[in-house]
Amino acid sequence: MRFIDEFRDPALAEKLFTEIAQTAKRIGAVRERPVTIMEVCGGHTHTIFRYALESRMPDNVQFAHGPGCPVCVLPRGRVDDAITIARRPEVIFTTFGDAMRVPGAEGSLIQARAAGADVRMVYSPLDALALAVANPDREVVFFALGFETTTPSTALTVLRAARSGVRNFSLLCHHITIIPTLRALLEQPDFPIDGFIGPGHVSMVIGTKPFHFIPEEFGLPLVVAGFEPLDVLQSLLMVLRQIEMGRACVENQYSRVVPPDGNKAAMAAVAQVYETRPQCEWRGLGTIAESGVRLAEPWAAFDAERRFEPAARHTPDPEGCRCNEVLVGRIRPWDCAAFGTTCRPDAPLGALMVSSEGACAAYYQYQGMKGAA
Amino acid sequence: MCLGIPGRISAILDEANSLVEVDVAGVKRSVDAVCVAEVDVPLSDLIGTWVLIHVGFAMSRIDEAEALETLRILAEIGELDGELAAMRDSQEARNSHEAMEIQG
Repeated sequence: MRFIDEFRDPALAEKLFTEIAQTAKRIGAVRERPVTIMEVCGGHTHTIFRYALESRMPDNVQFAHGPGCPVCVLPRGRVDDAITIARRPEVIFTTFGDAMRVPGAEGSLIQARAAGADVRMVYSPLDALALAVANPDREVVFFALGFETTTPSTALTVLRAARSGVRNFSLLCHHITIIPTLRALLEQPDFPIDGFIGPGHVSMVIGTKPFHFIPEEFGLPLVVAGFEPLDVLQSLLMVLRQIEMGRACVENQYSRVVPPDGNKAAMAAVAQVYETRPQCEWRGLGTIAESGVRLAEPWAAFDAERRFEPAARHTPDPEGCRCNEVLVGRIRPWDCAAFGTTCRPDAPLGALMVSSEGACAAYYQYQGMKGAA
Repeated sequence: MCLGIPGRISAILDEANSLVEVDVAGVKRSVDAVCVAEVDVPLSDLIGTWVLIHVGFAMSRIDEAEALETLRILAEIGELDGELAAMRDSQEARNSHEAMEIQG
């Protein structure tokens, strides 16, 4: 339990908690089932845990911590392919720090590095490109992952590499897209979610319009939210008010960063460089049609999959992993027998224990095992 | 990766390639500003502007109050030091092998 004075504006936080409680009470008077709100983005999951927002929720309001942590949903086979490429003697394999810990069937990139592969952490794909320029006799591969927030950065890096005539640089591309994934979740029978807190920085890039199908086709509200605890509380209140009034629309709580039409330069680079993958695999969720991108044909020279032809393995999620049920709020992390036993942050079994933005790791870090109580 | 980090544009490094220098809580590093640049407006107009930076790319302009509050929150949730270290280390690596001549 955090202290209320940690909030930027404690009085406003109290007011929001009170209004959430009052709205939830009015909703509770006319429906028996609790209200379950999914925060799509791992950044919001982090905020919710860090400020213990769940501990202040009314009894009939709960969060479901959605699939929006790109590190968490990286499938095992993809990590195995990455390691296969990283082991080649001519390759300098680069990626973000978080991705290095993700376990594949044969360990993680950190373990591959310990065994002699040249694996380096970079802050930006531009740093990987700089490594390629500095090491013309090596092949520099950047493991590109992330949602729409980071997809433009690798597209712009490829365009820069092409302009510069850099030939020893390529992407192992695992960029994924949230819209088809939300649709796949919503099309599940008995999908137990009543509304969404929408991803702020994905929306910064793609705008708010791509989310309109959620109210229009599925009748559920979505509020695009910022990442401060007050943003999350205010967005939750906006969702609850829509539910109370029987409305469903897309609202933008984070308009100070998110324009309705997104970022044109970013989207133009994405459209120029990538094409949709027919199928994309997610740890915990299985295969979802058109939920990822790969480099389009004109940029084939920068595609590590074409250049090194890894096996494109499918490695099933480990036995006993119930991440898929936690992801949609059907069970809580401590309902999984592996939670805290065979699945821990130092030895993650499933997706949601991999990064601090994953629901299980967040529960483990901030609440230990007491969630089970 | 997803939260982004606020920084203030402090210098223009390469107008043609829209590379600028940002100051993030005292750490200087180069970032790509093409997503916050405006057509037919010189990059130098961006000096002093606060931007939200994701993996080396300025993705959105933000106001100063928003920037300072976001920095405070990143520090509070324990995300700031790691992000700054990653920025600093990778920039030093780039400087050390003088690979900044990536031209387009």
